Amino acid sequence: MRFMVLVKADENSEAGVMPSEQALAGMQKYNEELVKAGVMLAGEGLHPSSKGARVRFSGDERTVVDGPFTEAKELIAGFWLWQVKSREEAIEWLRRAPFGGGSELELRQVFEAEDFGDEFTPELREQEERLRAQTEQQQ
Amino acid sequence: MAVADAHRAIEAVWRIESARLIAGLARIVRDVGLAEELAQDALVAALERWPESGVPNKPGAWLMATAKHGAIDRLRRGKLLERKQEELGRELEIQGKIARPDLDAAIDDEVGDDLLSLVFTTCHPVLSTEARVALTLRLLGGLKTAEISRAFLVSEATVAQRIVRAKRTLAESRVPFEVPSGDELSERLASVLEVVYLVFNEGYSATAGDDWMRPALCEDALRLGRILAELAPGEPEVHGLVALIEIQASRLRARSGPAGEPVLLLDQDRARWDRLLINRGLAALERAEALGGALGPYALQAAIAACHARAHAPQDTDWQRIAALYDALAQLAGSPVVELNRAVALGMAFGPAAGLELVDALVADGSLEGYHLLPSVRGDLLAKRGRSDEARDELERAAGLTRNARERELLLERARACASM
Repeated sequence: MRFMVLVKADENSEAGVMPSEQALAGMQKYNEELVKAGVMLAGEGLHPSSKGARVRFSGDERTVVDGPFTEAKELIAGFWLWQVKSREEAIEWLRRAPFGGGSELELRQVFEAEDFGDEFTPELREQEERLRAQTEQQQ
Repeated sequence: MAVADAHRAIEAVWRIESARLIAGLARIVRDVGLAEELAQDALVAALERWPESGVPNKPGAWLMATAKHGAIDRLRRGKLLERKQEELGRELEIQGKIARPDLDAAIDDEVGDDLLSLVFTTCHPVLSTEARVALTLRLLGGLKTAEISRAFLVSEATVAQRIVRAKRTLAESRVPFEVPSGDELSERLASVLEVVYLVFNEGYSATAGDDWMRPALCEDALRLGRILAELAPGEPEVHGLVALIEIQASRLRARSGPAGEPVLLLDQDRARWDRLLINRGLAALERAEALGGALGPYALQAAIAACHARAHAPQDTDWQRIAALYDALAQLAGSPVVELNRAVALGMAFGPAAGLELVDALVADGSLEGYHLLPSVRGDLLAKRGRSDEARDELERAAGLTRNARERELLLERARACASM
């Protein structure tokens, strides 16, 4: 099963303050561990929300709001995508992450086709596939 | 912590730490079976203590320290010597190693060497293929005997016995716990890669999807392959194998329809292919090629899989390249099945006559007699040539040969389509 780990933003990440050399080294070592264990599928750090934007939907209207956004705790500063055997294994890996006080990581399981169960009817599936196919063509 | 929660947490720690723990212990005691026993004893101690004390901050170090104490206990009680029937000097040697400060275990290279030695040991050619698979999944994959038995549809007792026998064989054959070097390396590496690929295929070919344990084998194989790629980053065929299984796994969700029926490659909805795995596979293939390994048997198969993965629609497939790759594969590791695949590629690249010529040679050769895909491929090529009566006969013959009911239906359907051409 796959899990996404969301690294929450804080004042520093939002201010664009780069982590210290020591923190980077710790993170690099941790990432290496994940790769060596065959757990890491993908992972990236994100620029501060000042470089991002939001698009709000209201009926047919679309409103683009430029960053930065204020509620730092609700923002994401990075993510990992992991392949593990169980939720507990993901938590055990999380416990080993080199973060200091005040940090918060969030673990979320990635949906896989079988998770949709009966709700995911053939018609819905077909629709989803059409959408995916379109996305694909645009790439 | 509730006991059930603690046990799940310990299971997770075990999955992360067990291979490194067993590998580190095996380096000290020079016996994989004994190393696993010591590791298991440490696990039992954790199951007793952690529910109350909580999981320690460095669970791996805790397990290693506990296992080493266990090793010393055994030495004192003489059990180790009884088992090994070896000279007293060995005891001193082992005690010396155990007494060494644990600094060395912190050096990643050494941990890597230990793990690599463990892989080469569990995949040693002295063991039967089945034994290699079971032992590798258990010691490196961290799978329980029950999980292995479910995945391979054999009884738990059978798996347990395979593992016990395998450990005994390793001890009796005095297989050294080391990474082979020189000429031996490539042969031994092939044995390791074979095990990983076999585990993958066991999961990949499991069409009966009722039990999630079988498809989960694909994930176990991917994990083993990815670990191996980091342990032996300079070996192109390791990356070739990883590329092959990443790309094949990318098609897992497109390989069966809503009712569980198989969907052939060219009929698959490519939007359902997993782009993440495709990209990982292509990156692994690049690594293999950069190391000069483009012509290795796994890298070639991965390159063929990559041709399909790169095509956004079936008609975009570079069949000429696929035909050339099969040509290279046939020269390197030729087999009638490779030839049959090459015939399909030739037919797609240069027209059905080119494919048919090769297939007819295979029919005359007779080595694929009874293999349903031979008349199936021949039937398709004949149909494309407009020889529909012969095509129908071949497809019906193929339907009579397959053991898979759903595939039979598919073949009969195609046979009927020929009749109405």
